[in-house]
Amino acid sequence: MSRATAGARSHGVELPPFQRFLDMHRDTVYRYLVFAAGPQEADDAFQETFMAALRAYPGLRSAENLRGWILTIAHNKAIDAARARGRRPVPVPEAPEPREPSAASAVPTPEGVDSELWSRVRELPPKQRGAVLLRFVGDLEHAQIARALDCSEEAARRSLHVGLQRLREEWTR
Amino acid sequence: MTVDDELATMLEAAGTAPLSGDPARAAGRFADRAAAEGLADVAYATVDSPLGPLLAAATPRGLVRLAYADNGFDAVLSRLAARISPRVLEAPERLDEVRRELEDYFAGERRRFELAIDWALVGPFGRRVLEATSGIAYGEVSTYKEVAGRAGNPRASRATGNALGANPIPIVVPCHRVLRTGGGLGGYTGGLDIKRALLAIEGVET
Repeated sequence: MSRATAGARSHGVELPPFQRFLDMHRDTVYRYLVFAAGPQEADDAFQETFMAALRAYPGLRSAENLRGWILTIAHNKAIDAARARGRRPVPVPEAPEPREPSAASAVPTPEGVDSELWSRVRELPPKQRGAVLLRFVGDLEHAQIARALDCSEEAARRSLHVGLQRLREEWTR
Repeated sequence: MTVDDELATMLEAAGTAPLSGDPARAAGRFADRAAAEGLADVAYATVDSPLGPLLAAATPRGLVRLAYADNGFDAVLSRLAARISPRVLEAPERLDEVRRELEDYFAGERRRFELAIDWALVGPFGRRVLEATSGIAYGEVSTYKEVAGRAGNPRASRATGNALGANPIPIVVPCHRVLRTGGGLGGYTGGLDIKRALLAIEGVET
């Protein structure tokens, strides 16, 4: 088969078989969605994320930064999931522990993660939350975060900075 | 440890904390759904056989590749991605019919495959050669020269040998039934031991 293969390889981008791409990134994406959309939503958001990726895959212009690409889709699907449930995180009012937990903190926290901090992350505005999650759960660089959030690198850095600042204020209070 | 470090450490813990969900199961569910929605341009599965594991790959048109472990499954999948479509997914149900016919064949209960074939990986002369080869009956053998003749070019036995060596669907397209004039085994994509084993299954002495 090798002779015939050589010709077909000379044009276009050489993308890995989708299954290999899926195997390589599925844990990171799943984890990202557990934190960004909540454990209950993670599975459905995972399906949506990879279906969207599969549809777009053959049209990709580059095989580089596939990790940033799939996390961008995951980020958007997490926002969709939150929207679909009318569950946009709202700032917690300055009030004694409300009897009814806020939507964000009602989502169970994965084990081994500080739940207090975690509910704070979920209450950040979408861009800041996205920036913090893409940085610490997705382990992306600033340029990749900027692409995922569809903003300049400068704006991505700012979102991350402000997000962390807010968490720090909550934390040290 | 500064507050910032502490915060970063705690956030990083999210990157390694154990999860209650199951990414592997979610990925399996996804592959099934993608195949069901017709988005797996190439579906594949590994099939156990007396010759070791085989990799079977099909497009919606039919079986497009059957590979021996010696061919390197990763390399085979990469070439399928490059030549047919990068939408390559592991979807075992799509290969159920292939698996059944192969099992029957290895059990000595099938003399003829009835699988749809996708010839996408084969050029025009190669296709004539492989179709001529498919005409060799179970338990019988032919020669490179005869196959070349049936493919329309009796003098092209070397090109015929190449086309058979490049057969993307061995076993199902029975290139193991083609021997050298005079009875020499010739070559085989999976190695001569496999060629001998296939002929033995069919009751041909070598």
